[in-house]
Amino acid sequence: MIASEVRALFAVASRPEIVSLAGGMPPVDVLPLDAVAATVSELVLSRGAVALQYGSAQGDPGLRARICDVMAMEGITDAHPDNMVVTAGSQQALDLLTRVFIDPGDVVVTEGPTYVTAINTFAAYEARIVHVPMDGDGLSPAALAETLSRLAAEGARVKLLYTVPTFQNPGGITLTPPRRAEVIEVCRRAGVLVVEDNPYGLLSFTGEPVRAMRADAPDDVVYLGSFSKTLAPGLRVGWALAPPAVTARLVLAAESAILSQSMFTQLAVERYLATQPWAEQVKAFREMYRERRDAMLDALDEAMPPGATWTRPDGGFFVWVTLPDGVNTKAMLPRAIAARVAYVPGIGFYADGSGGTSMRLSYCYPSPERIREGVGRLGGVVRDELALRDTFGSRP
Amino acid sequence: MTDLGRVLILAGGLSPEREVSLHSGGKLRDALTRIGVEADLADVDAATLPALAADPPDVVFPVLHGTSGEDGTIREVLDLYDLPYVGALPPACRVAFDKATAKAAVKAAGVATPEAVTLPREAFHDLGAAALIERIVARLGLPVVVKPRAGGSAFGVTRVEEAGGLAEALMSCFGYHDSALIEQAVAGVEIAVGVLDTGEGPVALPAVEIEPRAGVYDYAARYTAGATSFFTPARLSEEILRAAAEAAVTAHRVLGLRDLSRTDLIVDGDGVAQFLEVNVAPGMTDTSTWPMGLHAAGLDFAVVCRDLAAHASGRRGAARG
Repeated sequence: MIASEVRALFAVASRPEIVSLAGGMPPVDVLPLDAVAATVSELVLSRGAVALQYGSAQGDPGLRARICDVMAMEGITDAHPDNMVVTAGSQQALDLLTRVFIDPGDVVVTEGPTYVTAINTFAAYEARIVHVPMDGDGLSPAALAETLSRLAAEGARVKLLYTVPTFQNPGGITLTPPRRAEVIEVCRRAGVLVVEDNPYGLLSFTGEPVRAMRADAPDDVVYLGSFSKTLAPGLRVGWALAPPAVTARLVLAAESAILSQSMFTQLAVERYLATQPWAEQVKAFREMYRERRDAMLDALDEAMPPGATWTRPDGGFFVWVTLPDGVNTKAMLPRAIAARVAYVPGIGFYADGSGGTSMRLSYCYPSPERIREGVGRLGGVVRDELALRDTFGSRP
Repeated sequence: MTDLGRVLILAGGLSPEREVSLHSGGKLRDALTRIGVEADLADVDAATLPALAADPPDVVFPVLHGTSGEDGTIREVLDLYDLPYVGALPPACRVAFDKATAKAAVKAAGVATPEAVTLPREAFHDLGAAALIERIVARLGLPVVVKPRAGGSAFGVTRVEEAGGLAEALMSCFGYHDSALIEQAVAGVEIAVGVLDTGEGPVALPAVEIEPRAGVYDYAARYTAGATSFFTPARLSEEILRAAAEAAVTAHRVLGLRDLSRTDLIVDGDGVAQFLEVNVAPGMTDTSTWPMGLHAAGLDFAVVCRDLAAHASGRRGAARG
């Protein structure tokens, strides 16, 4: 099945009749919209001339100071606003970073599977993407060391390790604290910069935010953060916290890309953080997502046939499901759409064609009832697919 | 505004061809609006029936593709509401949408069509896939094209060069339909011939030759601008073009179609136009061949669609549809 065919199927998935377990959209309708409106209104009335003017490429200093407080919740207590660049979501930070560091043919090492849009960004700059496998404890430091040695022996220029270590997208896996230290050490020895993409860090279901990798390695890690999951993605406010030399290059790159970030949305976020009980809102998000995660895991226990396995995330948005060998989740997608349920086939999260038996399920957007309904439908689709594969003897 | 009244274009729906259908519907709405016809576009969903009942349009122009759009379902529903519409009646749609039945009917009328085998998924399960695949290859040879028995836009269609690829192609096909049509792949020139009938009887439009850049006329080749070269009229002899036009009109007639259709054919090495399938709701996007045929005939897309709607409107009360 070709990519455009998958896109056509996803066009159907956006319809309300379909239970979409595909997208990673936060349900922003649960936000206190009156408070958002009051904040924006007050901003326009009191600082409209600033909010509607150009700003700096590095971002509003006031917002950068507030972001330092946000990152302190994840153990980053030494962040300075000067070492930060505000970006249009963390996606732009990733794009700028790739533009600064990657020449065609350079290697970016990532988890396998990894965030699909990161793959697209690296591919756009003609990077070679090499995956390192994960297990239940996250990225394997031993496999990472071996991969970096092999690449060094090949003469490859490995520039970055891109990782989503906390509640990973798409795996839902979290890198354990001992491994965090090991991964940083392996990269330090190999001269590879670590890019820690952490949009879900505050969405921990155990209540305690996971300590960021950057907290213990300020010189080795570029940290990417975002308000897309903890406030609203439509604001497009994210950031990069980087060592000073890297920050300077990111600011130049940002300036050439867009001159300045939107002052309006930056100041809206800054005012919202300053005047609204944002931390309480994040707590409410956590509770909501925990309930939805529970609904999905319970439904998977009930609906999936023997041989299927899945991760059990402690936070974030995603469960990674792996079906028995021989199943092709991309080929199965039209049948799922016909059964009124959608997911993302696993192959999209790899640059090398792996992931054919896997799929990403997202529990962030549908209600628990819809999640149960969707996973139930999916279970039927998977059983049907297994029966089809048995018919044609394509299962080992 | 014209005295045609309000034309309701039905598009979208839940078929995999939703996106294509919405493009077709949008193009049709814009064209009709441009020439002063009051035209609305509705995405078919649970709100459709209450809207039809509360504010019935004067005529409906369905451009829903795929199942429920082309298998007669939506037209059956429009009949229930006594609404006139453009296009074939439900029984004809059901026959035309089923590729195997349509091929048999057209073949009986003397039009060539590639040899094919049609089998449901259960047959492979109940009787054994390996033995059936072996017999299919022995009968049809290779290469073959595996298609869902019903459906459009090349979803689930795979060209198979080696016997080892047939199982995977069948599994892919069964993602879209529970019955597969396995057809001999004929080497030749792919053409699409539109048929138009605004009351004077069905007339073939100039044939559009399709030359996909990547060699395969799949979903991307169909709907990506520049991915396929189209030649109108097709670069074929007058004699072949006449035969192709006749084949398309024959298909339109023997299947009992109405107003418009598009027949896909392949002209083999001997110059014989072989019938592949017929569409009762042809695509109307920028890369669709039915509007290209109109253009080549010197006809204006908007005017023709208005005339089709007017013709359908004139049937109100005379007969269903």
